[in-house]
Amino acid sequence: MGSIFNAQQIVNGLQVGSIYALIALGYTMVYGIVRLINFAHGDFYMIGAYAAYGAFYLFNASLGGKTGIVAFLVLAASMAASGAVALLANKLAYKPLRYKPKLSSLITAIGVSMFLEYFFSALPVIGPSYRSFPEIIPRTDITVGGAIISNYVVIDIAVAAILMVSLTLLVRKSSLGKAMRAVSQDKDAARLMGINVEKIISFTFLIGGAFAGAAGLLAGMTYPRIFPYMGIQPGLKAFIAAVLGGIGNIPGAVLGAYIMGLAETFASAYNSLIGEGISFAILILVLLIRPTGLLGEKTADKI
Amino acid sequence: MMLSVKNLKVCYGKIEAIKDVSFDVPDGKIVTLIGANGAGKTTTLRALSGLEKCASGTVTLDGRNITNMEAHMLVPLGIAHVPEGRKIFPTLTVKENLELAGWTVKNKKEVKRRMEEVFSIFPRIKERASQLGGTLSGGEQQMLAVGRALVTGGKLLLLDEPSMGLAPVLVDEIFEQIVSINKKGTTILLVEQNAAEALAIADFAYVLEVGYTTLNGTAKEIEANPRVREAYLGV
Ligand SMILES: Nc1ncnc2c1ncn2[C@@H]1O[C@H](COP(=O)(O)OP(=O)(O)OP(=O)(O)O)[C@@H](O)[C@H]1O
Ligand SMILES: [Mg+2]
Repeated sequence: MGSIFNAQQIVNGLQVGSIYALIALGYTMVYGIVRLINFAHGDFYMIGAYAAYGAFYLFNASLGGKTGIVAFLVLAASMAASGAVALLANKLAYKPLRYKPKLSSLITAIGVSMFLEYFFSALPVIGPSYRSFPEIIPRTDITVGGAIISNYVVIDIAVAAILMVSLTLLVRKSSLGKAMRAVSQDKDAARLMGINVEKIISFTFLIGGAFAGAAGLLAGMTYPRIFPYMGIQPGLKAFIAAVLGGIGNIPGAVLGAYIMGLAETFASAYNSLIGEGISFAILILVLLIRPTGLLGEKTADKI
Repeated sequence: MMLSVKNLKVCYGKIEAIKDVSFDVPDGKIVTLIGANGAGKTTTLRALSGLEKCASGTVTLDGRNITNMEAHMLVPLGIAHVPEGRKIFPTLTVKENLELAGWTVKNKKEVKRRMEEVFSIFPRIKERASQLGGTLSGGEQQMLAVGRALVTGGKLLLLDEPSMGLAPVLVDEIFEQIVSINKKGTTILLVEQNAAEALAIADFAYVLEVGYTTLNGTAKEIEANPRVREAYLGV
């Protein structure tokens, strides 16, 4: 076996991919339903990390020692905070421009992103500098078949898997999921079924934001350093993952994210600069061969 | 009066698509609106079901002013719009398409009952219940579109060119079903370019020309009108 393709790297790749997947899902769901690339989505991830940070100190003071309960509450807080900010961004910034030219919402999304980054940097309680993230769950190492993996790897992969399976069930089986698919296919027809389209759009932003929030918590724990601009890089990578998989397609976003997580990890093991650039190279290559992305279907009216 | 439209005007940006449209749809009747391409038939129906905003005029449903109410609020009040082009959800199954039409109905047993009724009216739809909407033929899509409208429980059916793109046999079949749905108590507003077929089943008719309702009367009177015969019936 080649030195860079060992079990250790595969596990690391899956871990990175899990975090990308949680973010990419929000990009793809929001695009699917309103055909908007929500450039502020990476910032929802940042907000999740800060919400987790605050929630940990809050809950740990009263519930110190009960690690499981605290971790669960922190997860809930990060998801709720990011979901709420996503809802608010939709209501205040995107909804008024819904049926205006697409370029307006695209530029607004960039504006929302910059606003969140600068606003959080300017807030005295947060500030522009790095903060070290608390060890919400004690870090330990486990040896599996020669590879040494941290329990965080297991947590990241498992939390992402549970959330993604729940989302799949919601979208495929529930009537809310059917309404989401209907709205993404034909808004007028959905209205004629009596569906409140704006409510379904809000719900989609909420779920997408909440998933980014969970990713923010996982990333905060795994790479324990948070700052207001932390969402830019993973946000961009997750966006690439969503496009790679076929934007608007839910399984595609997950597939794209794991491909990117693995490719980045392997390439970084070889050379860290290549690791940074590999995702772009893969994207260009895939789009040249399949302009709709791996699982995407039609190219019509994207963006 | 089930539906009453007075001096309706609808604009797309600066374009006045509907300039002055007035008509009435009495309870339990079939009323047809005939007109050439671009006369404003689709726009009128879209305004009635809340998909377009009215610039002026009033729409009343059973005496209640519903002008500019949102589309999803009009569904529980009984407006069931079968839109131009059918607008079936392509990647939802036939069954899921029908289930969604029951979105505003609290009692899901009632939704099941209405679905069974649709299946008995259109057995072909029943055979294809688990097929994706996008894979249906044009005629089947039209049946499914009417089926969805029935599942919403609408008391006023707005039909936009149900005959469009269908083979003559299918057109007859669809029109027969429209008559039988009407006989069971649903009021119908039918928009058609196929004036002969529409006038044959309607009680009352209005002629729509470049955004104005210009003629009205019983279907028989309109059918006998020399101008109509020349312009719309090709006689
Ligand atoms: N979305 C739109 N934007 C701008 N103008 C529109 C739009 N939709 C329709 N129009 C214009 O409004 C007028 C009425 O159109 P409408 O679709 O209501 O006609 P119609 O009677 O349904 O025609 P057809 O028989 O071809 O379906 C036409 O002049 C059309 O060009
Ligand atoms: Mg039309």
